[in-house]
Amino acid sequence: MALLRGRGYASVNYPTGMNLGGDPSQALIHATTTGTFVISLSSVDLGQGIKTIAAQCAAETLGLPIANVLVDTADTDTGPHCMGTFASRGTHRVGNAVIMAAAEARGVMLEVAAEELEVDAADLETDGTGFIRLKGAEEKRIHITDLALAAHFKHGRTISGRGIYLKEPSAPVPETGEMDPDSCQAHACTAAVVEVDDETGVVEVLELYNAYEIGRALNPAMATQQVEGGAWMGVSHALFETTEPYYPSREHGPRDFAGYLMPGPADIPVQHSLFLERPAGNGPYGAKGIGEMTANAPIPAIANAIFDACGVRLESMPFTPERVLRGLDALRLKVEEPC
Amino acid sequence: MPSQIVSLVVNGERREFIAVPGATLLASLRESLGLTAAKRGCAQGACGTCTVLVDGRPEVACLVAVETVAGREVRTLEGVAAGGELDEVQSAFVDCFATQCGFCTAGMIMVAEALLERDPDPSEEDVVEAISGNVCRCTGYRPIVIAILEAARRRRAKSPQEEAVAR
Repeated sequence: MALLRGRGYASVNYPTGMNLGGDPSQALIHATTTGTFVISLSSVDLGQGIKTIAAQCAAETLGLPIANVLVDTADTDTGPHCMGTFASRGTHRVGNAVIMAAAEARGVMLEVAAEELEVDAADLETDGTGFIRLKGAEEKRIHITDLALAAHFKHGRTISGRGIYLKEPSAPVPETGEMDPDSCQAHACTAAVVEVDDETGVVEVLELYNAYEIGRALNPAMATQQVEGGAWMGVSHALFETTEPYYPSREHGPRDFAGYLMPGPADIPVQHSLFLERPAGNGPYGAKGIGEMTANAPIPAIANAIFDACGVRLESMPFTPERVLRGLDALRLKVEEPC
Repeated sequence: MPSQIVSLVVNGERREFIAVPGATLLASLRESLGLTAAKRGCAQGACGTCTVLVDGRPEVACLVAVETVAGREVRTLEGVAAGGELDEVQSAFVDCFATQCGFCTAGMIMVAEALLERDPDPSEEDVVEAISGNVCRCTGYRPIVIAILEAARRRRAKSPQEEAVAR
């Protein structure tokens, strides 16, 4: 009886956005009197971080500090339309819509600044700290707060912008089957290191190596968090979660969350994560979606690692001790049987 | 059984309210007192998201009949950010990206507050044990463990004299 160590890997390609298209999201942006840019969205932040990403995209496009951006996702009845935060589409669709809206608002901002400073708008630039200044003559500048006040009370202008990203529907060509099913694809590979106890059948995931090609990690800390949190969920699917466990009788199965197993804080593997960035041509600053794919690759990687460790090929989740032990029994039987 | 008037000291303030028979501490906090930081997750003591401190000890408020803690000190997340300023645990959760959807966060922070209260310098194993009754479905736990260790460091750095006295 021994602890058997094994390694396995698996890869995943994952489409961003709804297959076949017809998949829009909108954003509106306007400056308040004091130069805060409010982004109105119907996209909901349920923890995936779309408010942070939207604020980053707007700040980058406007050329202003992120503190000058406020994201309002208050009401799907009154906000600009969003198809929803699903299909790993939020960063891609909403990010693109916000960039388009912010680019229009930036244009107005520079026009008003040009009037205030009595220069040509094409000669203006943002310095990233809140000032709009004349290229080559940096002392000639105006702060966004003063500019927004002037726009409202002197020039009668709204510094605002509209944005939408629409992936148009793509029907297959009947003769060839050719189509454009998605906007871009993210790619990932996970390698798992496991230990299988051949006496108890318990599988422990010791390490996960996650490599993700996601176009561009707009917020590397949040992207890492998504990868490692998603990998945790993959481990949970792979080893624990089921409402129909491999027990002799359904009566022994979980009836509530006290009996529905998930890995706790002491069960987590050591994770090593890195990003490869090959910007997507149609992504916001090159980004692709990584929402859902993060739970995918760990599961087959763990199955492959179990096979590497003990020769048992499991094809149904979760990889419970019962399944591992039955697999080991079947292997021993095979060896003992004369051919 | 009639409803009764129950009195608690919540976040340092005496609060009185009418509790129906069998009312839990969680329901009382959320519905009678309007303190909604503690969340109702599983409602059977398995997920920890309703954790509050009763006389400094973490309790799953969904399992506590409110009349059994009448007159006691209850501390909720609302009482942690004194004067609107985030404390060391809260700011470490923000800085270490220890939240995603946020549903477990209130319970995690209260468990961490209780841990750091009784042990200002916990080991990683201590932290893991402290949060082992709290379920997180987003983060994979690692950022939460890191945040609590970071909070302990910040709190110790903030009060080096107090720490010296304690030793």
